[in-house]
Amino acid sequence: MPYKLLKFALGREFNEPRYFTDVQTPKKSYDVVIIGGGGHGLAAAYYLAKEHGITNVAVLERGYIGGGNTGRNTTIVRSNYLTPEGVEFYDASVKMFEGLSEELDINLFYSTRGHFTLAHSESSMRTMRWRAEVNKHVGVDSRVVGRDEIAQACPQMDLDCSGQAPIEGALFHNPGSVARHDAVAWGYARGAARLGVDIIQMTEVQDIDIKNNKVQGVKTSKGYISTGKVLSAVAGFTPRITKMVDIQTPITIHPLQACVSEPMKPWLDTIIVSGSLHVYVSQSSRGELVMGSSLDPYELHSTRSSFDFVEGLTSHIVDMFPFLSNVKVVRQWAGMADLTPDFAPIMGKTEIEGFYLDAGWGTWGFKATPISGKTMAATIANDKAHDLIHSFRLSRFEDYELTGEKGAASVGH
Amino acid sequence: MKLFKCPINGVRPLSEFVYGGAYRTMPDHETSTDSQWAAYVHYRDNAPSIKKEWWYHGPSGTWFIAERNTLTDEVQDSYLFNKFVDLESAK
Repeated sequence: MPYKLLKFALGREFNEPRYFTDVQTPKKSYDVVIIGGGGHGLAAAYYLAKEHGITNVAVLERGYIGGGNTGRNTTIVRSNYLTPEGVEFYDASVKMFEGLSEELDINLFYSTRGHFTLAHSESSMRTMRWRAEVNKHVGVDSRVVGRDEIAQACPQMDLDCSGQAPIEGALFHNPGSVARHDAVAWGYARGAARLGVDIIQMTEVQDIDIKNNKVQGVKTSKGYISTGKVLSAVAGFTPRITKMVDIQTPITIHPLQACVSEPMKPWLDTIIVSGSLHVYVSQSSRGELVMGSSLDPYELHSTRSSFDFVEGLTSHIVDMFPFLSNVKVVRQWAGMADLTPDFAPIMGKTEIEGFYLDAGWGTWGFKATPISGKTMAATIANDKAHDLIHSFRLSRFEDYELTGEKGAASVGH
Repeated sequence: MKLFKCPINGVRPLSEFVYGGAYRTMPDHETSTDSQWAAYVHYRDNAPSIKKEWWYHGPSGTWFIAERNTLTDEVQDSYLFNKFVDLESAK
């Protein structure tokens, strides 16, 4: 290997293959156009090509791939949800993630850490017991644990949180993991491109052409593309796309902020979440603490970050881990979260023939990347919603048949 | 946005205010269809635009209407609800 490296360094040609062909100009027509080159859109393209043989697919991305919420989340993967439908769906995703590095031939740094959701009151203990029982029923490894087990897994934590919010127990979820989020987008992009999918960056969709309630094509900043099927996988930009096709949704956009500390020697092995203190924290493979908090309190279509956020988050982090008071925050950012009233996504067909929606991913989208790609690909290929996503259909709101997942949101938003 | 103009107390820090959601008109529950009512309950005008919203100034207990650009976070105007009613009826 070192010899090969030396030869490569001294050689005149650096013919290391690119991850994917950087297609500049789209073709005149595609079988499927996917709007949004994030994890979800790229995964859908990959599974369309791999599992359904549909390779005449374009992924249109207005910026660069993985630059939206795929690259802005705190990378936690878990399946300890509240409804059986939700647990089954996210469990399928966790199982796909476990073999994904192998499948995509890229190191996702997928690291199973165990995941503690702390309860600071009797009422949150009740929700944890509820979640644990639903999880066990579906076959997911979650259980309620007491203070001693938390102390054993994370001896650095002040279990009384400075006396402000003593911890009573926690929901422990064994498969809880973290992964390198950019690699997920890049892995899917490379996999899709190898199968013939065109990934076209710096291309904005300006309008969607619909005649007789059927998709005809999309108007983009690089010209008109005719297609019979369009998937919108644009997270925080969803309202702008649904406005083009005149579909109403219950989605509201709020910024969700996160930050990282300076790198430290490894000390935090598990993922710690506290709903009451509005904190989730894990340590990345390069030693930074990755920290997130609750949503910004009002609607805003912007990725600006704020001092209020860092101030609020770090005060709670120091309640839990007093020794971190001298550690510096080195980066902070925000993403636009597309929230739904029941904290479950909106996936599947719409009232317009050929227009598919993968949206409403609020604060819970990254962990669902593989399964959403797989189920949306099946939905598009068969023009029929995949069984796993029936409870996430848009029409559930008109049917008053909501899929209440708020109790499983990482922090009480 | 870090400062906000309360129609009674003038410019105050944003931390004194609470967001109350966009102003919406309720359909008549006697005459509306099930799907109109479901749309009122769940669906939102959610694309970025200049919106008329309810805001609350905590220290003085004042509810008022603000016209805010949800893309740039700039507040163009804020006034009490009776002025809002006058403006709407003048249309």
